Amino acid sequence: MSTKLYPDAHSALRGLTFDGMTVMAGGFGLCGIPENLIVGLRDSGAKALTIIGNNVGCDNHGMWLVLANGQIRRVVASYVGDNKILESRFIAGDIEIEFNPQGTLAERIRAGGAGIPAFFTRTGYGTMVAEGKETREFGGEWYVMETGLTADIALVKAWKGDPEGNLVYRRTARNFNPMIATAAKVTIAEVEELVPAGTLDPDAIHTPGIYVQRLVVGAHYDKHIERLTTRKREAN
Amino acid sequence: MPWTREQMAIRAAQELRDGFYVNLGIGIPTLVANHIPKGMSVTLQSENGMLGMGPFPYEDEVDPDLINAGKQTISTLPTSSFFSSADSFAMIRGGHINLCILGGMQVAGNGDLANWMVPGKMIKGMGGAMDLVAGVRRVVVVMEHTEKSGEPKFKRRCSLPLTGSGVVDLLITDLAVFEIDRKGAGARMIELAAGVSPEDVQARTEADYIVAI
Repeated sequence: MSTKLYPDAHSALRGLTFDGMTVMAGGFGLCGIPENLIVGLRDSGAKALTIIGNNVGCDNHGMWLVLANGQIRRVVASYVGDNKILESRFIAGDIEIEFNPQGTLAERIRAGGAGIPAFFTRTGYGTMVAEGKETREFGGEWYVMETGLTADIALVKAWKGDPEGNLVYRRTARNFNPMIATAAKVTIAEVEELVPAGTLDPDAIHTPGIYVQRLVVGAHYDKHIERLTTRKREAN
Repeated sequence: MPWTREQMAIRAAQELRDGFYVNLGIGIPTLVANHIPKGMSVTLQSENGMLGMGPFPYEDEVDPDLINAGKQTISTLPTSSFFSSADSFAMIRGGHINLCILGGMQVAGNGDLANWMVPGKMIKGMGGAMDLVAGVRRVVVVMEHTEKSGEPKFKRRCSLPLTGSGVVDLLITDLAVFEIDRKGAGARMIELAAGVSPEDVQARTEADYIVAI
């Protein structure tokens, strides 16, 4: 009987990585990133990668590991602050960055996964984002045509998963993961907890298992916090 | 006296209305959350996928899976909900958010906003700013009136790459408040910080506006 389960991140990536490939990865900043699969991607040594995701990690964390290892040639992202290597390599011309408005990026990935080749959005009209793109007027407003995005592999991080690949995300760690899970030829999900079939409430599943081809329990979660911000309890 | 950052946030908080869904940008706009009038129900949206953002957590409540769009740790409220980035921007783009309050680098008298890029210098990306200004019903920008060099930031035309064209409804600076007509009917100065004269503002502004105080 076929199984989606793999013993670790490295084996889950085996046979899927190659030079010049396109990889999508979930996460917003370092929240909800597939930490273990990113290490696996780095160790695969695949080069000249195109990375699609909201960010490309930040200094010393997340997709930064793949970047610092010299494996990335092109980035499609919405925000790449707090990442000195990326900024310096971009200015040096070693890496190409295609900046997308965050909502446009999310929708392009959603569209890619849903078989929609292009759509029109008001976002970016009249800005450099619209340069070279088709624009059209609907109901007296101008819109920019954006295209759907797909990838060779998608790396997603969920909180819980079952052997079928049904996934549940936790809090704001959901972010780009559900769309990214739909938009690649092969989706690999890493979860914090693997639960037996029948444990997850079918009404509460965020990503149905059809989108997930390979599943692995993450060996280690660092969950580094970028900006720890707290308040003090008022004294009684 | 020019307004402090806190006073600018207090002025921006006057734009809140009971029942509003609001998105607050990074910097001074974040401070607006501290000045929601008592008895007013305002729901804060965070574009990374949350409605009903609570205050910063106590130290023993910190959760790395719970952050705002500025990557700061936050907390939930009994009314909170979570959703994907696609759902979040459908909410924004679809005009379901009543108000957003953002920072700015330059604003023009026609409502253009630049706040994401300085060519050759700041290369970080626009994040959600372009979607917010394109989709939220009312857009308020809070920024210093001039650069540290004294260069005006309220301009005839933005010299920096735009975040949106004809998108700003209200500009709050440390000197004054301007209403801007998105359709190009121009800007009106409607308030001055205490002790600031119309001449002080005029001398530090490049944009055309009429005084309507």
